[in-house]
Amino acid sequence: MRVAVLLALLFVATPAFAQQPQPQPQPAPPAATDEFVPISQLPPQDQLPAAPLLVTAYAFVWVALMGYLVSVGRRLTKVQHEVERLESDIAKGTRT
Amino acid sequence: MPRWFQPLAIVTALMFAAAPFIIARADYESTMGLVQKIFYFHMPSASMFLISAVVCGIASARYLFKGSPRQDRLAYAAAELAVLFGAVTLVTGPLWARKAWGVWWAWDVRLTSSLMGWMVAWAYLLVRKYGGPGSDKLAAGLALFGMANVPFVYISVNYWRTIHPKTSVVPTLPADMGTALWFSFVSFLLLFTLLLRLRMHLEEQRAKLDTLYLSLDE
Repeated sequence: MRVAVLLALLFVATPAFAQQPQPQPQPAPPAATDEFVPISQLPPQDQLPAAPLLVTAYAFVWVALMGYLVSVGRRLTKVQHEVERLESDIAKGTRT
Repeated sequence: MPRWFQPLAIVTALMFAAAPFIIARADYESTMGLVQKIFYFHMPSASMFLISAVVCGIASARYLFKGSPRQDRLAYAAAELAVLFGAVTLVTGPLWARKAWGVWWAWDVRLTSSLMGWMVAWAYLLVRKYGGPGSDKLAAGLALFGMANVPFVYISVNYWRTIHPKTSVVPTLPADMGTALWFSFVSFLLLFTLLLRLRMHLEEQRAKLDTLYLSLDE
């Protein structure tokens, strides 16, 4: 009798378990690209804006060149002042 | 300073002022678009980087074998310019590569050998600054290695598989792009000449200062 009741319960419960919500299928990943895709045909999220890269490159060039020019100018001014001071000291026959 | 310095400085400044307009008017490259315009500063600065390394190497060899202080000053000035133009090349290149190749850097032969050349130039300056007595000759030896690296950098793209464009790209450029490139190249060459002379003048003044101190001590 007990066995019959258990079997009946199992029979009734099985569809209930079977009807539990299944996990939603994940969207399929995009197909792997195995050939060249021009930059202009890439999806928008994969495209990098060119303008910031271009502006950064040109700005770096200008800053580096101007910075170097200023650096050489400052070093030269310093050395020339020292040369003038020493020449003046030598002319006076003293050293400060 | 020599008489030609000031007129040449004015011409160079005018050329650098005009360069952005000429570059903006050049045709767009069909696959890379706007970012390809980095090329007009990248290639000339890379050329100046290699020229600096060669000038530094030749002057160092002459200093080693003939002992001329003028050649030593020229080598020192050229090494500093190699660091400057190398930095410009190694920064503008990755900015272009990020868009064109999808990566900032690739360990291919051209890029790696350029980085090595730049590091040799840095090593030259560091040895000169912190090497103590006799460092000038040690640095001159380093400069020879820096010069030996130059042909390797230049031909690397033609002999090894690399993502960097080959040297044959430049002669095949359309007229508009070629004009902008060579205009920019001449501007950089004039700037290189001016900076080299200015930097040598600084070394001449330092030598004069040393002589004055010696005369005071005697």
